[in-house]
Amino acid sequence: MTEEELKAIIVAELKKVAPESDPSGLGADEDLREALDIDSFSFLRVLVGVSEHTGVDIPEADYGKVTTLAAMIGYLAVRQG
Amino acid sequence: MAEFRMPSLGADMESGKLVEWLVAPGTSVKRGDVVALVETQKGLFEIEVFEDGVLGEPLVAAGQTVAVGTVLALIHAVGAAPIESAPAEEVGARTEQPVAPAPVAVPRPAAGPVTRVAASPSARRLAAELGVDLATVQGSGPHGVIGREDVERVAHPPAAAAAGAEPTTGHAPPESASSAMRRAIAAAVSRSNREIPHYYLATEINLSPALQWLESLNARRPIRERILPVVLLLKATARALRSVPELNGHWLDDRLHVRQAIHIGFAVALRQGGLVAPAIHDVDTLSLDGLMAAMADLIERARGGRLRGSELTEATVTVTNLGDRGVTTVFGVIYPPQVALVGFGRISERPWAEGGLLGVRRCLTATLAADHRATDGHLGGRFLDTLDRVLQQPEAL
Repeated sequence: MTEEELKAIIVAELKKVAPESDPSGLGADEDLREALDIDSFSFLRVLVGVSEHTGVDIPEADYGKVTTLAAMIGYLAVRQG
Repeated sequence: MAEFRMPSLGADMESGKLVEWLVAPGTSVKRGDVVALVETQKGLFEIEVFEDGVLGEPLVAAGQTVAVGTVLALIHAVGAAPIESAPAEEVGARTEQPVAPAPVAVPRPAAGPVTRVAASPSARRLAAELGVDLATVQGSGPHGVIGREDVERVAHPPAAAAAGAEPTTGHAPPESASSAMRRAIAAAVSRSNREIPHYYLATEINLSPALQWLESLNARRPIRERILPVVLLLKATARALRSVPELNGHWLDDRLHVRQAIHIGFAVALRQGGLVAPAIHDVDTLSLDGLMAAMADLIERARGGRLRGSELTEATVTVTNLGDRGVTTVFGVIYPPQVALVGFGRISERPWAEGGLLGVRRCLTATLAADHRATDGHLGGRFLDTLDRVLQQPEAL
């Protein structure tokens, strides 16, 4: 998947938990949870969706490595099969 | 024959709108069946019946707003004449509400702080932002206290309303869902603050052992089956309440009614603002997986607007977890007629002295807000101490 495709998947999952927001307008380095006011439950849902759409496993220990759009895209890009 | 009444879905509810009947008259119903949708200030709720029988003709039509306690339909014993209309005088009758008595008359708030102009803090802030002189604003609150709307009216008089963010028509718009929610919360917390003499206790808990245990459990699981730390906190709360049951119950008729079942009201912040604290039932009997599933289901439905009426009334204690927002310590407002609220703050690394050594541990501050009419600080302290102890043995949860 290209970075654009990965971004589209992430944005779609963010939109599910924060329907009133516009995640595509987020800065690449903004903290996702802070910017969209997402709690740990909703963030887990986002990661579940992203993981299942990309086939990339995100171990719990790596949750801290996917806190921004840029970081998450980068994380997925190097791990996708 | 039984009466199916407009339930009270909280200390703050006086009336509800019957939005839709979901079951036709003449249908057999069982205790717990959802038969109608009711709208309150807190949103839309599925309402269940509490008896087995056959649902009679509706006595209140869809679309009508009626007082709490109003008979909505009769439920006939199976085998009895299935459908007969109720005596007219029963319609609209009110009964005592066993779980949530109607709020007492609201005493007028004392005149504002010692300033020349009485205005709410948020109205003051808004006035400062918009450059409005409060002396020029006519307050519409009790005793002429100035609220946000009053400031907005001066800042954006109707002719200039188009400048506002929302498209505006010439006349006042109907109350929005979020301001209705705000009023519902206001009524509940005002009653709490007026009636409940709170006491507050806090303790710092070393969560490192519990989190390490949970991380090793989650490491073996696919992401969809992982458990969040808050699930451990909920389960540990239920365990501690087993040891200190006096905090699990309701204060009614000037005495404490301890409840056997532990139904934890879990505060859920809603995206559009406001919150609800629906009950997760029998938390002490659920496995961690079962509790994670129950919590996920409850959060989804709370945010999707499809809670059951019983979920709003059956909580025996409330847990609020504000750790996600970076808060260290929660000083809770008890939801009447409950007698306790347990608060959890953020999990963070802190210096921790143990056995003469200083180390770093992941810690959290747990707080208890409790009703001093029902319990004393000694007992509250025992609860927090037990909670701590339970969390040191996560494998037993």
